Amino acid sequence: MEAQLETATIQDEGHHHSEPFITKYLFSQDHKMIAKQFLITGTIMAFVGMIMSLLFRLQLAWPGESFGILNFFLGDKWAPEGVLDPNMYLALVTIHGTIMVFFLLTAGLSGTFANLLIPLQIGARDMASGLINMLSYWFFFLSSVIMIMSLYVEAGPASAGWTIYPPLSALPKAIPGSGTGMTLWLVSMSLFIVSSLLGGLNYIVTIINLRTKGMKMTRLPLSIWALFVTAILGVLSFPVLLSAVLLLVFDRTFGTSFYLSDIYIAGEALDSTGGSPLLFQHLFWFLGHPEVYIILLPSLGITSEVISTNSRKPIFGYRAMIGSILAIGFLSFIVWAHHMYITGMNPFLGAVFTFTTLLIAIPSAVKVFNYITTLWRGSIRFTPAMIFAIGMVSTFITGGVTGIILADAALDINLHDTYFVVAHFHIVMGLSAVLAMFAGVYHWYPKMFGRLLNKKLGYLHFWLTFVSAYGVFFPQHFQGLAGVPRRYYSWTEYPLFADFADLSILITIAAILGGLAQFIFLYNFIYSMYRGQKSPQNPWQSNTLEWTTPVKHIHGNWPGELPTVHRWPYDYSKPGKDQDFVPQTVPLEEGESDGESGH
Amino acid sequence: MNILLAVVVVLGIITLTQLIRVFELTKSLNGTKDNEVTDKENNGIANGFMLYLIGLFSFFIWLVWAYGPFLLPEAASVHGEKIDLLMNFNWAIIITSFAITHILLFYFAFKYKRTKGVKADFVTHNAKLELVWTTVPAIVLAIVIIYGISTWNDIMTDEPEDALTIELFAKQFDWTARYAGEDGVLGKSNYRLISGTNPMGLVTLETIVEKLAELEKKKAKLELKLSNAEPNGTIAENTEEKIRKIDKHFAKVFAYQKEMEMDSNLFLTGHDDIPVKVEFHLPVNKPVKFFIRSRDVLHSVYMPHFRAQMNAVPGMLTSFYFTPNKTTDEMRNITKNPEFDYLLLCNKICGAAHYNMQMNIIVESEEKYNAWLKEQPTFFAEEARVDKELKEIVASN
Repeated sequence: MEAQLETATIQDEGHHHSEPFITKYLFSQDHKMIAKQFLITGTIMAFVGMIMSLLFRLQLAWPGESFGILNFFLGDKWAPEGVLDPNMYLALVTIHGTIMVFFLLTAGLSGTFANLLIPLQIGARDMASGLINMLSYWFFFLSSVIMIMSLYVEAGPASAGWTIYPPLSALPKAIPGSGTGMTLWLVSMSLFIVSSLLGGLNYIVTIINLRTKGMKMTRLPLSIWALFVTAILGVLSFPVLLSAVLLLVFDRTFGTSFYLSDIYIAGEALDSTGGSPLLFQHLFWFLGHPEVYIILLPSLGITSEVISTNSRKPIFGYRAMIGSILAIGFLSFIVWAHHMYITGMNPFLGAVFTFTTLLIAIPSAVKVFNYITTLWRGSIRFTPAMIFAIGMVSTFITGGVTGIILADAALDINLHDTYFVVAHFHIVMGLSAVLAMFAGVYHWYPKMFGRLLNKKLGYLHFWLTFVSAYGVFFPQHFQGLAGVPRRYYSWTEYPLFADFADLSILITIAAILGGLAQFIFLYNFIYSMYRGQKSPQNPWQSNTLEWTTPVKHIHGNWPGELPTVHRWPYDYSKPGKDQDFVPQTVPLEEGESDGESGH
Repeated sequence: MNILLAVVVVLGIITLTQLIRVFELTKSLNGTKDNEVTDKENNGIANGFMLYLIGLFSFFIWLVWAYGPFLLPEAASVHGEKIDLLMNFNWAIIITSFAITHILLFYFAFKYKRTKGVKADFVTHNAKLELVWTTVPAIVLAIVIIYGISTWNDIMTDEPEDALTIELFAKQFDWTARYAGEDGVLGKSNYRLISGTNPMGLVTLETIVEKLAELEKKKAKLELKLSNAEPNGTIAENTEEKIRKIDKHFAKVFAYQKEMEMDSNLFLTGHDDIPVKVEFHLPVNKPVKFFIRSRDVLHSVYMPHFRAQMNAVPGMLTSFYFTPNKTTDEMRNITKNPEFDYLLLCNKICGAAHYNMQMNIIVESEEKYNAWLKEQPTFFAEEARVDKELKEIVASN
């Protein structure tokens, strides 16, 4: 009875399309619209971050050369006569990192796919709280606007690195970017954290409470499992970053000394004593390391879905995959100090964190083996999403194995803060997540916009991206092994590094190529929104629930009753079936077993 | 360069638009659907992955061949050799697993591409296989962990008692190395004593007295300014604030002086200290313990050839010890580079000139080292010289 009533109201809403622009597109509480808002805002931020990286790559390849384009973007103050200013270089590096880590790969990734997939894949009408969901987006939007605004501050944006270690970030006299620019950074990040917490709580509550009938936890798609653990990580770790940020605000504004001690700057001995810069690092990385998995887990979740669907084969080791996600989630909380081996922390802790960090390699290896085995004896269909997902597995391996070196405290001594680290985290976290995000966009674009992305452009986009990605980051390992430090404005002062000048040029050219490739995607993204081929209801012959909803979005997702789930989501190529897929809504036949035990 | 870049960009854009047009045209001609993959495309991509695999491995081999010779030479310190061994051990494991997994990944993608009439195998899991690939990495990692941690503990403990002590002092944007001088003890330092003539804030009776005099002078100037300023105006307020700060500073230094006077030896240990800039020397085969300080922001002492790194943290004394075991001349032979020099770099972002905050290190025989050290002026002599120069400048004005 209740269900019928609900159905009636839903249908009612479905038929009326007179909703005003402002509640339909701007202050929408519909999770599908909010997902699109996150995706589009995240994409805009990503382009800002990417262009910044291209600008500073120009300086790194051709130090001191004049480029009209630098002057065009940065003006006479920061690129006089087209030569990049060292302070601006640091600012670009800082904001590039901040945008990519937080705005693209945290909010852009989780915000898009958690919002889109959670209600659709668990069979819910919407998120537990539409209002909180909407607020989550608008806090994110505000935070993005403030971050962009900080680029226009007179003394320049924050430039103490994306990790904003004090005292550099606390003392405007140490670097101009630590003035108003840093204030805006801190305000922006505080709002960002609020957004992330609102979103995360909502995701957790929704997954726990709003699963449709028959959707047991052991029948959830791995994407949902990943997003679930991600949300828990975020809710537990982001508040710690907020406290770190607030204490920094106190130090900057109210004269406290949480992080400051015995400092003499610009001809003045500050009165602060007793604070410790290491405290900030502990607080920062207590978020910072789970943050890596806040980025990676959704990526792995998306990859699992895409690989299984397009291999027409169940994901191998479903339970082991869930176990790995949980293990990675747990371990991510006890490894943070591997960023701090040589900061003056007690060496005993170095040994402890080497141990815990290396443990993460085990569940990660299990995941990789499971992906590879899912391909084994599959019937692989290379949709654009699928090739991005395979690319993601490749970068996850390449970046992951160098993690074994960096986790080793003894080896980190010589590699800490060199280009080896830059290569490592860009490949394992940056590339993997970006490739997975592309996989997700190509796969679920029809669900978001009702149209398909152009396939050929997708292929072109992939190959250019994949070639340039390795072209940029693979050589950086070698620079790192030669001892080239990161965040250096130029290396011309060092005869030691002169031999790597050519390699820097190669890297920059690959980066420009990769950058251009993204404009293909952008073109495809916008063009297909209006003129792409219309998508059928289930374009990839997938089992999960989102493909049982109508192509045209309606409030409440399903026009009639909510679907009932009868099986796990990976019944691809199940023997004895006519089709090579069995949607989750199809009841089990007599004697048919479900899940991993199904044969 | 600009023109070249512009040409590349313009050409890129033209190619893109042309490609897009070609795609659009072919698509409308043969009527393929964007959610379906033709066999031709599918096989093309499968081949593409195999090609990519070969390309990626070739790229790796080329990089090793072309840039391998420019990587850091063998370690120039005792513990560094242990690190290099550990590193090579790790490389063996990593390159093996990278190669195997990549070959499997791309080969499976190639081999199991969709083929007409072949259905995918419905394999959900395999307990035995999964047990194997959880246990094998676990065992390998156990070895990596044990080897790694024991090396780390080796490096961080076992400090010899007779190590030579040197302080590395960081500020934006240069380094100072301070030797203990004849008494073998590094003098105390206090950041409140830092001034133009005493950039490291060394504690001697003279530096304290000078600092107190300097503060008094500053205060007198400010008081004069205050008496001329409009009462209760912003200038007066700011000046009062500055005076308060100076009073506080004065009180702290004064209290410190009283504290030091309890043991007058403390005043003397700094006199014979030897601060050097630009280049510092180390005796070969003798353990050196570095005490590392910073006076403003984080810096990091990075000496890549010795496999040594430690952050310089304001308000905190950090340290690192190692034994250099190859002289600069030996290393010049090894690298076949007559201009080779050991370097100290800053490796923690510290501001605009972070990229050029370096120092040369010369490792030489103990005799040469002692001869060099003898020529370096002590802090006391240096301060007196600078002081005299300043006085001369004042007098000539």
